[in-house]
Amino acid sequence: MDCRVTLAQINPTLGNLEKNFELHVVEIEAAKRAGSRLVLFPELSLSGYFLKDQTSEIALRLDSPLIAKLAEQSRDISIAAGFVERSPEGRLYNSIGFFEDGALLHVHRKVHLVTYGMFDEQREFAAGDRFVAFTSKLGRFGILICEDLWHVSSAYPYFLADVDALLVHSCAPGRGIGAHDGELSSQRIWETLLAAQALTTQTWVVWTNRVGWEDGIFFSGGSRVIDPFGRTHAALEGLEPGRLDVQLCSREMERARLMTPLRRDAKPWLLEQSLARFRTQG
Amino acid sequence: MDRAEMNLAIDTTLVERLLVHFLHEEVSSAGFSKLVLGVSGGIDSAVVAALAVRALGAKNVFGVLMPYRESNPESEADGRLLCETLGIPHMKVDISAMADAYFALDPKMDRLRRGNVLARCRMIVLYDRAAAERALVVGTSNKTELLLGYTTQFGDSASALNPIGDLYKNQIYQLARHLALPEVLLSKPPSADLFAGQTDEAELGFTYEAVDRLLYLMVDERYSEEDLVQHGFERDFVRKIVARISGTQFKRVPPIIAKLSHRTVNQDFRYLRDWGR
Repeated sequence: MDCRVTLAQINPTLGNLEKNFELHVVEIEAAKRAGSRLVLFPELSLSGYFLKDQTSEIALRLDSPLIAKLAEQSRDISIAAGFVERSPEGRLYNSIGFFEDGALLHVHRKVHLVTYGMFDEQREFAAGDRFVAFTSKLGRFGILICEDLWHVSSAYPYFLADVDALLVHSCAPGRGIGAHDGELSSQRIWETLLAAQALTTQTWVVWTNRVGWEDGIFFSGGSRVIDPFGRTHAALEGLEPGRLDVQLCSREMERARLMTPLRRDAKPWLLEQSLARFRTQG
Repeated sequence: MDRAEMNLAIDTTLVERLLVHFLHEEVSSAGFSKLVLGVSGGIDSAVVAALAVRALGAKNVFGVLMPYRESNPESEADGRLLCETLGIPHMKVDISAMADAYFALDPKMDRLRRGNVLARCRMIVLYDRAAAERALVVGTSNKTELLLGYTTQFGDSASALNPIGDLYKNQIYQLARHLALPEVLLSKPPSADLFAGQTDEAELGFTYEAVDRLLYLMVDERYSEEDLVQHGFERDFVRKIVARISGTQFKRVPPIIAKLSHRTVNQDFRYLRDWGR
């Protein structure tokens, strides 16, 4: 996997699919001009986040015209974008679609729906039930949506599946204004989490977060790429929309894994025993 | 410095940036470019005015001074100083005539009712001025007041949006110093100015300093009564504040609606204000 990627830190309009699609097209064109082969959008990038009763109103079946239009955009560049997915059974999922060569290649449905504090996702969405790595023409990827990253079990299957990069998509609201932080405490926590996952999986970690306000709650941006050593390789700062073009290279991963061969020494079979007693209880 | 004080300290540069961004985006997404606010001569409206000027430019922030004939004249003078310092257009609307016409209907009206009437007269003026200016009313209630219910429902608490409603009084002062507001606003005791010589702290019966620390630990850090007593707070004070918060919850919610149908406004008809914007 050696390719240039673009993180599109956008501010979608709540519940306005057509307007947001046009915004995606602008970003896709810009990423193509920058020579990128993959452009990444935040969680629910086509719809906005605090949808509440709009969730079902703007949900998209995978065979819907808008998804086809987005797939069409992926002829010259791969695209990872977020939307509310309506399954054939009528369930709604918080999904990221990965589009390539004019088709939908892979969908990840958010597994760990966040339902506490200001969040109410389990009211709106059904939960995904798997972490499946997939192979794109650019490399091998695993997708995580926001809260998925907080659970240590989420990235582990991707690590075992030898992915080249974790693609993490968020609508992470900013909070925590303490003077001792120097930055939002929520942002500091995300940076810690992302770095930890990069360190323990020795992959590139690509985090695309959105910006903008929805009824007084803001999404804090700060989209970034962490290298396989856990170091911030490049980042967008601040609250404004932005675009980050980054070159990802396999050699960094090889060096990280040579110095500390975590995947080689992993013992996933030990988990079987440990997990057996949790099969029927949470 | 103990834990509560440490955490009440805010990164004022960051907060200024966030709130300026908030005002700019949430005003424009609603289709407006101007704000109207009541300028009381106090610290809260001064902070909001300064933030609004940074977000929208001085010419797009309209200050309204609304004295009653018993108001402390210093309040009007301080409000005028603020408007002139910030360079915002402003006007004075003396609410004495409108309030007195109503007070005359019931000469026995007590101080609390009269205070509420004054707050609601000011709300009427602000909303009318907002209509005249094609502007939104920006609120100036802070987190301490909102939690204690130290506001008049549909009076000073009425607004389209509020940049400082998640900042305690202590934090408002930190922000005010950062925004370099006139010293006279920073040094005078907080007052709702609803009657002569009133100060907030005398009326509330405790200091902002004490209650801010308590509220921060109780609300933000989720300390229980036992945790708070262990932390050095008097149990009676804790209970008094808890009772005050729960007793004023009605002021913090929209009117409750009797549910009859399958879909009821605010219950299971749920959309943000920013719906489609």
